[in-house]
Amino acid sequence: MEDIQLLEAIEKYLSGEMSAQERSNFEALRKKTSEIDQMVVEHTLFLQQIEWYAQRKNFNQQSQNTFNKLLAEGEWTANDEQSTQFKIIQLWSKYKKVTAIAASVGGFIALFTSFLVMYLSPSLNGTQLMQLSKAVEVIKKNQQVQGHILNDVKTKIPENAKLISGGSGFLIDIKGFIITNAHVLKGNSAIVINSKGQELKANIVYADITSDIALLEIKDEDFKQPKSIPYTIRKKISDLGEEIFTLGYPRNDNDIVYGKGYLSALTGFNGDSGTYQIQIGANPGNSGAPIFNNQAELIGIISTRQRQTEGVAFAVKASKIIDVIESLKEKESTKDIAIKLPKSSVISNSARKAQLDRIKDYMYSIRSFN
Amino acid sequence: MSEIRINILKAELNEQALLRGLAQNDSQAVEALYKSHFPVIQHFVENNNGSFDDARDIFQEAMIALYEKVQLDSFVLTCQIKTYLFSICKHLWLKRLQQMGKYSNPLSSEEESVSVQEDLEVMEKKDAAFAIMDRALNSLGEPCKSLLEGYYLNKKGMQELANQFGYTNADNAKNQKYKCLMRLKKLFFTQYNIGD
Repeated sequence: MEDIQLLEAIEKYLSGEMSAQERSNFEALRKKTSEIDQMVVEHTLFLQQIEWYAQRKNFNQQSQNTFNKLLAEGEWTANDEQSTQFKIIQLWSKYKKVTAIAASVGGFIALFTSFLVMYLSPSLNGTQLMQLSKAVEVIKKNQQVQGHILNDVKTKIPENAKLISGGSGFLIDIKGFIITNAHVLKGNSAIVINSKGQELKANIVYADITSDIALLEIKDEDFKQPKSIPYTIRKKISDLGEEIFTLGYPRNDNDIVYGKGYLSALTGFNGDSGTYQIQIGANPGNSGAPIFNNQAELIGIISTRQRQTEGVAFAVKASKIIDVIESLKEKESTKDIAIKLPKSSVISNSARKAQLDRIKDYMYSIRSFN
Repeated sequence: MSEIRINILKAELNEQALLRGLAQNDSQAVEALYKSHFPVIQHFVENNNGSFDDARDIFQEAMIALYEKVQLDSFVLTCQIKTYLFSICKHLWLKRLQQMGKYSNPLSSEEESVSVQEDLEVMEKKDAAFAIMDRALNSLGEPCKSLLEGYYLNKKGMQELANQFGYTNADNAKNQKYKCLMRLKKLFFTQYNIGD
């Protein structure tokens, strides 16, 4: 109670609410008692802090309101339109060259890709498991565009090629080596598409159907080697219940999609020790997508999901990647491939948003064709 | 005096008026600053790996820096508002990019900028103090939090607060306020070190 009275006195003193008499009494007390003097100094500082806090908080609100008002009045382009605009620019720059040629030549082919029903591999336990690759059908159509602009929308996929399958993949070596599922590569050739929508040609280096792991190598002059890869591959087995996340390209528009879940069993379908069972929303196209733990260590690759049970999927263990890479050294045709796996994770302590931001540039959408 | 000279003078007077308005939370001044300077920042951030939302956040922080600067008695602005805001934004954005682990080779822009290192340091200290106060206030619980906010943020009188919270008189409300204030102070000073 005494403290409160003292505090009240100090506040009165500091705000100038004391009478002249009270004031001189208080000042005498201050001089005599160093504790009180200290409290006055401390409280002055504290009130100053509250005042700054209040000022900033109020101004922050005012400033936000102003921004929102101007946004509502159409002073600036809002976020959504911004990103659409951005996408159009991206598409334009992607096809700019071709369009320019096309405009002068006057040729036109519009390529429609539509993703149809999921492909069901006969080698798989068909009724219970579903591979998550995308089956693709390409319809080529000649399209007469009215007026003066003729478009030729072309990809790096050869003109007469037939898209067979697709999925996701991720970089494991800055030289351009990508890991994906073997079942994603049902065609004999492949291209990969980075998160910016840029297409790059790639060779299928190796595909192991047993472990469902495949290795691609980007072979394209447009490929810019990154300086490093932000995540590492975890060799040790992960813990049950560990939180996991993934980034992949399950959608037809090729936008990258984030998913979150947990490790639900240390073995996969029917006790398969090469895979984990995970609880995550996996869709066709997620095949080959990496599974990371919270430290952004790669712990597996999404490959299949159980047909009947929504959300249950299986992931090939990351140690299998290392096995596959080791086995390459023993084969005559692949012994010269020296793969350097990323050594350290620079984002292990980052917030999820920052991790995703960093990781997404190393994630690829994969198309396989004949 | 030449016409050019007069125009320069007019522009300077206009800037001074804007800053005075900002110091007093004048909504027209705040709006004018947003209107004339946000587009440059938006352009800059979006051209350097950022989104519209990033630009909004960065600009808001720069506005706070300018606002807190004009509050000071010692306030002088040695460059144009535009240059000042841009310089702050540039630094903040560079820092954000580094935090996100993105490569930040020299940011691309043709805008002029000045050194704002000192201001940024002041700002960082204030950011830290703000965060401490915010945490302290939020861990107080009710009615303490609202009571103190009512008094210190919304500048309401003790009688008004007594009515709002249902105290029988202003003195009781005041008593409660002091109790709350003591708790807040304790919470604040356990994290905030004088002399730091």
